[in-house]
Amino acid sequence: MRRSPVVFALLLTLLLAACGGAPAAQSPTSPPAPTVAPTVVPTVAAPTASTDAPTTEATTTAPAGTTLNVFAAASLTDAFKALAPAFEAAHPGVTLVFNFAGAQQLATQINEGAPADVFASANRAQMDVLIASGKVISATAHTFVRNRLVVITPKANPAGITSLKDLAKPGLKLILAAKAVPVGQYALAFLAKASALPEYTDSFSATVLANVVSYEDNVRSVLTKIALGEGDAGIVYTTDAATQADKVAEIAIPDTLNVIATYPIAPLADSKATALAQAFVDYVLAPEAQQVLVKYGFISETGAAPGIVPTAKPTEVK
Amino acid sequence: MERITTAPRTVLVWRKRSLPLTTVGLLLASLPMLAYLLLPLLALIARVNPATLVAQFANPEISQALGLSFTTTACSTLLGLVCGTPLAYLLARGRFPGRSLLDTLIELPMVLPPSVAGIALLITFGRRGLVGAQLNEAGLSVAFTTLAVVLAQTFVAAPFYIKTAVAGFAGVERELEYAAATDGASPWQVFTRITLPLAGPVLLGGLVMSWARALGEFGATIIFAGNFPGRTQTMPLAIYLGFEMNLDLALSLALIMLALSFFILWLVKAILRQRVSAT
Repeated sequence: MRRSPVVFALLLTLLLAACGGAPAAQSPTSPPAPTVAPTVVPTVAAPTASTDAPTTEATTTAPAGTTLNVFAAASLTDAFKALAPAFEAAHPGVTLVFNFAGAQQLATQINEGAPADVFASANRAQMDVLIASGKVISATAHTFVRNRLVVITPKANPAGITSLKDLAKPGLKLILAAKAVPVGQYALAFLAKASALPEYTDSFSATVLANVVSYEDNVRSVLTKIALGEGDAGIVYTTDAATQADKVAEIAIPDTLNVIATYPIAPLADSKATALAQAFVDYVLAPEAQQVLVKYGFISETGAAPGIVPTAKPTEVK
Repeated sequence: MERITTAPRTVLVWRKRSLPLTTVGLLLASLPMLAYLLLPLLALIARVNPATLVAQFANPEISQALGLSFTTTACSTLLGLVCGTPLAYLLARGRFPGRSLLDTLIELPMVLPPSVAGIALLITFGRRGLVGAQLNEAGLSVAFTTLAVVLAQTFVAAPFYIKTAVAGFAGVERELEYAAATDGASPWQVFTRITLPLAGPVLLGGLVMSWARALGEFGATIIFAGNFPGRTQTMPLAIYLGFEMNLDLALSLALIMLALSFFILWLVKAILRQRVSAT
């Protein structure tokens, strides 16, 4: 019977094909990016705890085993992880579960029914998406930090980029985030602003964009590929550049050209733990957490930060 | 071709002897899996707005992604065929130390998450990579090019062809090869006139498997080749990025890809069936 091994091998191959194919669909596109939890898993695994939480809770003291699902932009990864212990200590029995990804991806997930309690976006556009769908009540969304763009090169700087104008050098390998990603939008806005200035030419933006070899799907992928030396330059947030300070060099973008990213945060309207979600938002806006965020390179929205006019109270989105 | 002609007969015998009750039971037991496999596809079809779908065909990014997907998968499947066949034949016929080790190594890309493959390829062929550094010196830059897409696809998909081809070659009776050789056929003639035609249907099946895997390739591509419309943005990447920008667009793309994949798989199966019944 020569047939059986062939049939068996084919079956095995089919089986392996099925196994090999599946992770592709949900594989995180930037494994080097330090995320607390994979993008897909927690949205499926976490709800039980939060739905079990009594809806009557009026105080921020939650029953043991309550989970608060925080969907936050990838650029908040390190800062929010650092914020978690203090919040959990102040709210015994509460576990924060973070889902870090591109804000645009998170907004889509939430609109498709992913169980989120808090959404922290890297731009207003994605918050507006959720306001439009009724997932977030406009008045509850507050800007909590700001971030600015910076051009990064590998530490060795193989292409010898020393100024922003050098980005237009022909033959560069430039890596940007995709248009769908907030930082990708901001980078395009920066290039457009520069093109309008006399010291840069009209064609600056187009010339720079001709050097782009890849539009990555999140800011941390841009950072990793530059840190690996695979690209000559990229545009990320200062906060991201700070996490790889030993591997990347920064070229500052002056305030006149820089696009200041605003980060809004809001509790989700259909959260099962509304009070707790609001408590987390309040905590992020409070001075203690703001200090931590500043330490990670963000510009505080409520407190003083170098070069930025402090605002007395959180700015309301819209 | 006894192997193929006996198969349908066995099925017939089984059908005659089995009670209708057994068939009904079997059908009921199969339903959960069938439903599980079909429901997401139905959901996809139900959610797509026909007007958006039609409009997508005029979208240059879509046609670019489709064209790129088909050219790159054609290249990677061909690469797998040309470079994988000798290896498969070696594994099927050769008896040498370390054969089982080699066999396992070839299976590795099949079980690895594609993202691991992407990182591995990037640190091998990237310009700071093990091989890439030399290639870069020679003026050849691989990462972020269409070539990188083909390489990523070949890495994850070729093993599916190789494994199937090994089984196909092993299924060819050695006696037939010996007989041809005794009659004066050269080793090349034996391979092309005896082994290849006999293993043909199985090899084709393997090729289709590897092509299908290459078409769906996402993780290794986005890491190693990056995402650039018209250059490295294949359909799976366009769908993923579309999911973040515009869900309607992603749904339409997904449906286009689904329909095309189904059509091609079905076509290949029809061709195979015809070839089998002709012999």
